[in-house]
Amino acid sequence: MAVLSEAAHRRIGEFVAKYPERRSALLPALHVAQNEVGWLTREAMEEVAVILDLDWDQVEEVASFYTMYYKQPVGTYVLEVCKTLPCSILGADEMIDYISQKLGIAPGETTADGMFTLFRVECLAACHRAPVMQVNHRYFQNLTQEKVDALIEAARQQQLRTGGVPGLTVRRSHPDLIETER
Amino acid sequence: MDRILFKHVDVPDINRLPVYVENGGYSGLRKALTEMQPEEVTQVVMDSGLAGRGGAAFPTGRKWSFIPKGVLPTYLAVNADESEPGAFKDRELMERNPHQLLEGVAISAYAVRAEKAFIYIRGEFLYIEEILNAAVAEAYAGGYLGTNLFGTATSIDIVIHRGAGAYICGEESAMLDSLEGYRGFPRLKPPFPAVKGAYGQPTVINNVETLANVSHIVNNGAEWFRSFGTEKSPGTKICSVSGPVNRPGNYEVNMGTPFRTLLEDMAGGLVEGKKLKAYIPGGASAPMLPGTEANMEIPLSYEGYAAAGSAFGSASFIIIPDDACIIRAQLRISEFFAHESCGKCIPCREGTPWLAKTVRRIENGEGRQEDLPLLLDICDNILGRAFCPLGDFATSNIVASIKYFYDEYEQHILQRGCPYHSAASAVA
Repeated sequence: MAVLSEAAHRRIGEFVAKYPERRSALLPALHVAQNEVGWLTREAMEEVAVILDLDWDQVEEVASFYTMYYKQPVGTYVLEVCKTLPCSILGADEMIDYISQKLGIAPGETTADGMFTLFRVECLAACHRAPVMQVNHRYFQNLTQEKVDALIEAARQQQLRTGGVPGLTVRRSHPDLIETER
Repeated sequence: MDRILFKHVDVPDINRLPVYVENGGYSGLRKALTEMQPEEVTQVVMDSGLAGRGGAAFPTGRKWSFIPKGVLPTYLAVNADESEPGAFKDRELMERNPHQLLEGVAISAYAVRAEKAFIYIRGEFLYIEEILNAAVAEAYAGGYLGTNLFGTATSIDIVIHRGAGAYICGEESAMLDSLEGYRGFPRLKPPFPAVKGAYGQPTVINNVETLANVSHIVNNGAEWFRSFGTEKSPGTKICSVSGPVNRPGNYEVNMGTPFRTLLEDMAGGLVEGKKLKAYIPGGASAPMLPGTEANMEIPLSYEGYAAAGSAFGSASFIIIPDDACIIRAQLRISEFFAHESCGKCIPCREGTPWLAKTVRRIENGEGRQEDLPLLLDICDNILGRAFCPLGDFATSNIVASIKYFYDEYEQHILQRGCPYHSAASAVA
């Protein structure tokens, strides 16, 4: 029983066509699969394996190596807060504590309602906008407690994708990329 | 201040093809393809003295010249896996002027007779993938990518490939493994990628900033490029400044400019009430330097920081203020390398977590006198014994922080705690 949609299969097929070898499409294919399923289930990885003429363990071995692939279920919103040196100097440790207490979960955990997962992650290449996090792999920068409050509230109201977060602006043509002003 | 790479960043919509072309864009590609042989392009880049801007500073033209003649296909792989703590320059180059990179990539591909180039961006750069894909689509539609460019026999394709979270993929051979759909493990060298790289074929790997320079060199010549910077480090460099400064961000400097100008004039100095305790000039892998007057005057160049016992690297300046704990800073650095060690070789896989564990013990007030020689001993057993530079990188700041801030380590050990932080805050 297929877990990936026809659109996902088409998308993966487009990636395959770009490379000299089929296997090169594995990382993009896993991104496609995860976007659709939410995390990399065994079924999703098996389906990717079939598409790319690989064994499932070849797929699993790669999936388990990269931090952006989720090997267990995650919440609707995955908050990945940078903990590396430049962010740490500018209050990331305290920010992670704040988010952790606000959501009532420790880093690595998901809220009981399935809304939020919190991770501490390594450098996100946004050190000039510290402290910084990604939410569903979109940047949220120059974090303050007020911005985090607004963001979590907006997420609860399901507004995150429409950019209705007070104090934060929507940038350019990316409707779900909400960042502070440059 | 003279600018090359950021010259056009403030032009509205420079990320769009028509605006880029209006500002002289793709004239370098046209010139290279219609007026120059590939070897001539390599020669002008060699003459310019352009060196790799990812950190290693290897001469770019020489790297290209290692590609064997007549072994086809060849590939160009662009390292946009910007993951060095403190570095965020390639991100801005791609975000604000994507065609400048694409033009440089296309010219460089022509120079090494590659018909396909891959831009490997780090997984977290989802929005950069969208920006680059849009720019690539524009370039194809405009006739700057694809087949028979400018009526010549030259064809160039660019593929944007996004990783999935792994610092090690910034190591060039690990990047190739990742591109091919494997775990990002570094490869044994030789053979070097120029001989046997992507898909077993000759491959040149260059950093984003390096290639962003290429169209300007082709357009203006090697001598023009050498009018910027120093004799040993020609050109400009994008310096990333982070930490408690008034204007954190990327600044393009003439190589040789004193660090003081970058910190005080460009980045606006430290925020009120803070003083400079130390700084890291080249990202987490470069040894930190204490904030002395002498270290304020170091010329921003590869030779300048080598002479000062550190490394210019990717020019990622992390400012450490006087109210920050050096041991906590070191802990974050050591945790980073422990997390990012790929696990392929034992000295790095076993040594990096051991370093982090030992530093954490000291920060938590459980340090022992013998921990300092232990840290240096672990470093001795990683340095030069790891499979790739990541292991060496993990040792550089341990050695530097003990050298310059020995008293602070000792204070933690003797007082059984951190004078700056509560023990509970040093979570793993």
